[in-house]
Amino acid sequence: MAKLTEKIVAITGNAAVAQAMRQINPDVVAAYPITPQTDIAETFAEFVADGLVDTEYVTVESEHSAMSACVGASAAGARVMTATSSQGLALMWEILYIAAGMRLPITMTNVNRCLSAPINIHCDHSDSMGARDSGWIQIYSENAQEAYDNVIQAIRIAEHKSVLLPVMVNMDGFIVSHSIERVELLDDEVVKRFVGEYKPVYPLLDVENPVTHGPFDGLGGFYFEHKKAQIEAIERSRKVVLDVADEFKRISGREYGCFEPYRLDDAEVALVVLNSAAGTSKCVVDAMREEGYPVGILKLRVFRPFLARELSEALKHLKAVAILERATSPGSFGPLYAEIRSALYDLEARPKMVNLIYGLGGREFRPEHAKEAFGVCLKVAQTKRVEKPLGYLGLKEVEVIS
Amino acid sequence: MKIKELSATKERFTSGHRLCAGCGAGIVVRQVLMATDKPVVVCCPTGCLEVSSTIYPSTAWDTPYIHNAFENAAATLSGVESAYRFLRKKGRIDREIRFVAFGGDGGTYDIGLQALSGALERGHGMVYVCYDNGAYMNTGIQRSSATPRGAWTTTSPVGKVIPGKTQDRKDLTACVAAHDIPYVAQASPSHWRDLVTKARKAFEVDGPAFLNILSPCPRGWRYPGSQSIAVARLAVETCFWPLFEVEDGRWKLNYKPKEKKPLVEWLKPQGRFKHLFAPENEHIIEEQQAKVDKDWERLLRLCGEA
Amino acid sequence: MKEWRAEKLMPGALIPVGGTARQYKTGGWRSEHPVWDERACKQCFLCWIYCPDGSIKVRDGKVIGIDYDYCKGCGICANECPADAIKMAEGGEPNG
Repeated sequence: MAKLTEKIVAITGNAAVAQAMRQINPDVVAAYPITPQTDIAETFAEFVADGLVDTEYVTVESEHSAMSACVGASAAGARVMTATSSQGLALMWEILYIAAGMRLPITMTNVNRCLSAPINIHCDHSDSMGARDSGWIQIYSENAQEAYDNVIQAIRIAEHKSVLLPVMVNMDGFIVSHSIERVELLDDEVVKRFVGEYKPVYPLLDVENPVTHGPFDGLGGFYFEHKKAQIEAIERSRKVVLDVADEFKRISGREYGCFEPYRLDDAEVALVVLNSAAGTSKCVVDAMREEGYPVGILKLRVFRPFLARELSEALKHLKAVAILERATSPGSFGPLYAEIRSALYDLEARPKMVNLIYGLGGREFRPEHAKEAFGVCLKVAQTKRVEKPLGYLGLKEVEVIS
Repeated sequence: MKIKELSATKERFTSGHRLCAGCGAGIVVRQVLMATDKPVVVCCPTGCLEVSSTIYPSTAWDTPYIHNAFENAAATLSGVESAYRFLRKKGRIDREIRFVAFGGDGGTYDIGLQALSGALERGHGMVYVCYDNGAYMNTGIQRSSATPRGAWTTTSPVGKVIPGKTQDRKDLTACVAAHDIPYVAQASPSHWRDLVTKARKAFEVDGPAFLNILSPCPRGWRYPGSQSIAVARLAVETCFWPLFEVEDGRWKLNYKPKEKKPLVEWLKPQGRFKHLFAPENEHIIEEQQAKVDKDWERLLRLCGEA
Repeated sequence: MKEWRAEKLMPGALIPVGGTARQYKTGGWRSEHPVWDERACKQCFLCWIYCPDGSIKVRDGKVIGIDYDYCKGCGICANECPADAIKMAEGGEPNG
């Protein structure tokens, strides 16, 4: 297939997302700077200042107001985008649910960063994992290219008439947001055609047909039914994500699914990973395969909606799986582990499963950590026993933890 | 302005809303909306008015309306107004639309203050109306920073050692005026001509405008619903709630009572102040009177009336 | 759009028509009702501007009575009328 890609550049993940936003040229952006998202907010401000976009840029006084303004602008009938990280996402919390419940197709980039305390600006997935029940579609990106591609696809997924839900595109803070990588940018015109013109349903600004957005839907009302309708919409998004990916392949030559298996078919043990850890893990898979180890990985791209059936299908032949998790749920297992393990429960024969927490607060995830994870899996596969279902990769030796 | 002519404007806040009998908020909303013939988009934060006006599938708004959450009406309307500016710029909307938020004192003085301040600083073209009933009435009369000192509320109860709210109320109108926006005013539904005139000015300025409007609450203030306008009038006559405006930074007094009534005349009809009339609490009334006098003197100076 | 009913859910609990509250008659809330005396009425419209419920009927620039479908019986109109043309009477129903 002939690629329509025009430009190969060396840019950071944040710059790639900002470029995607410039090409999408949204009607309204309301954003508040936060490390490591900041240079998306800055770069986009430069585009506005230079007249490269038509966007009304609302430089709000907090992330809570950023998401609130996004809700207002989206309900008004505008195509709306924003970006945040960590504490910013946490401050938006309340309004994340409202954006989804009001069925507003807002697109947001979340540059994954851990949550305080202690305060730390570096990557983990505690922010987006905590927002998993908010009703947003969540897409994860391994690198700058994927972040760019996902942001463009997100517009189409969110605005699809059978979906009408907000989409959060995640990429790893600093590791991807601040690393310069090779990125293939599409032509401005190609992106413009791909996202098309936004046609809102029941916009608030249609003053001839006054609508009420966000009514009180109490005991005598239809709250339950509205929630069920929202659940059905995110269920429908499974197909839309794939349809949009197909169309995106036609303009980019790049292929996306809901997850990406890597040397998984003939593997006996595997890691499940999100975001940038996939890259490191793939290298380790290649090296270990050279040595004859039957290892593979599954990189999850779409976490919401959760693809329980597809994932159990993809993992069922394995002897042992380690769910690598850059987040914790203190007092329990990580969310990814809990959900994937649950997805496999009804299989007659299912792999043993362990949960390995890694990289909190930006702690580096190195090849030896992936190797260690595979080591755990291989031992479990061999012994058919899980001694420690919850483990940690890359903790430093310290004198006293009390 | 002729009252009969106002009666020809379409009611955009319809009958069938479920505010309490005698609620000041319904009067405030009606009087504000009759001040413009242009299409108006309304935003309410969570509160009495929001809950009572949009019980699904019923809506008392015969005009576009949005509710988002409690603390973010100003931010939400910022987004709506930004979308409007974009669509106007693109020629996809070809008529003038006005934007108004109606927030209670909870959603305005307290939890929504940050969003309000942000929206004012950014200069969005919106009218923010605070219907100030001096407590969180929607959740059942809890104190807010708009509650007057001495008042009983369920979170500033009259106990054996503490006689009601111990703090003075926040002067939000002055806080907003300090943002140096084109138009700020304080009004009362009892003085409807003054209120509608102010709402007209607010709708026509270029940029943000803010109206702080006293909104008597029969349930929370503990008086019969028939007295709502009478109580509001007493607030003005005692100078507890002076009527003034700040237009492009110039303070102007809109009403000077011929004879400034003693504060007790406003306190007396309201059950929330009943305990202040016990001998051991009378000093609170005196202190409150002194505060009203001091604030009034300051206002007269600001307005060049002193 | 007039046939729209709540069961026909719109995305996000949206209400696609304005002013549907008119279908909800709040008149049943009354425990007292205002009685308007046409002869005493000076047509000052103060009852109309002070009514929280838009329940003072106006036609052709004239007050013509009380809208008992919505009037909650708060009594502000009676209290504010400078001509004593509105008086509160016992009971919710005007003819009861």
